[in-house]
Amino acid sequence: MSTTVSQLDKVKEGPWSGGKSPWNLEYGKIMMWFFLVSDAFTFSAFLIYYGTQKFTQPSWIDADKVFQSIPGIAESGQPLVFVGLMTFILIMSSVTMVLAVEAGHRNAKQEVVKWMLWTILGGLCFLGCQAIEWTHLHHQGFWFGRNPATGLTDPNAIVEALQPYFTKDISYTAALQFSNLFFTITGFHGFHVSIGVLLNIIVLSMTLNNTFENRGTYLMVEKVGLYWHFVDLVWVFVFTFFYLI
Amino acid sequence: MSNHDHIASHDAHEHGEGMDKKRIWSVFFVLLALTALEFLIALGFVHHWGILQKGTLVNIIYIVLTLVKAFYIVAFFMHLKFEKSSFIVCCSIVFLFIIYFIVLMLIEGGHLHESMTHQPLFPHK
Repeated sequence: MSTTVSQLDKVKEGPWSGGKSPWNLEYGKIMMWFFLVSDAFTFSAFLIYYGTQKFTQPSWIDADKVFQSIPGIAESGQPLVFVGLMTFILIMSSVTMVLAVEAGHRNAKQEVVKWMLWTILGGLCFLGCQAIEWTHLHHQGFWFGRNPATGLTDPNAIVEALQPYFTKDISYTAALQFSNLFFTITGFHGFHVSIGVLLNIIVLSMTLNNTFENRGTYLMVEKVGLYWHFVDLVWVFVFTFFYLI
Repeated sequence: MSNHDHIASHDAHEHGEGMDKKRIWSVFFVLLALTALEFLIALGFVHHWGILQKGTLVNIIYIVLTLVKAFYIVAFFMHLKFEKSSFIVCCSIVFLFIIYFIVLMLIEGGHLHESMTHQPLFPHK
């Protein structure tokens, strides 16, 4: 009997030959990443379509003239300030989420609870700001399938209704497309934030219930954290394409 | 289940090295500074002082800053930078399709814009 093993019978030892986890990641976390990649595709498609419309239309609405109020402080003339606050709130809540994940690695239950609470609070504040923003635009006459000139027939009245939102030529179609896309995209994002807040509340309850303490790992905080950062990431892009450009 | 726990604990060890509190706050300040810069350009340079005009140059600056912010969020907050390189490639290479989509839609948008502004409508009313 020879002791040499034939080439065929040798046990393979590469990272993908089985027996070990090549990415060194837990299954659920990998699946969360894949979900987020697919979700990023959805948001990309939305934003790219918005860009295409803006690029195609001979004239486009001036964002600085649509979003220029700070609720309760200034009715007009302050572009970007309120949305800046919203951006800050969301980035801040992303930071508290990372801090919760970091506390989870140390199995520090009380700290996880503290940071999760801040994260939920941040999410709720953001949703509140978005509700105010939506209400404001709705009062001005913007809504799904509607812009401030919808229903008017007199050309002068249409021009008068749309004039405040345009710097260049006035376009009814552009105002309508802007309105539809704004409510669809920020609505889809707001829906994600709402789901995120819900997931955060569930994870907080599980933490308080000692579920992760007994399980020995706070991995679930990380998975929800990934989702929450993704929501922040999407907002960074929405902010740039709707408010800045 | 034992395998699961093994991965989790091993993971946790690596994470501890990746992101500590100090690093989290430094990433936060980078994000804050980039956002502040965007505001400075939009409110200061463009809106208030009128040094820059709204247009392609400013838009490119905004998009670059946005992508830098996105990198910091994904790499540090979502911890992708510290994962195995094959996983990083797996999650990011698909965005080549998105870049392709953007290029396609820019071409399409440009073409439609040309047609809508320069081609006459028939029949004339």
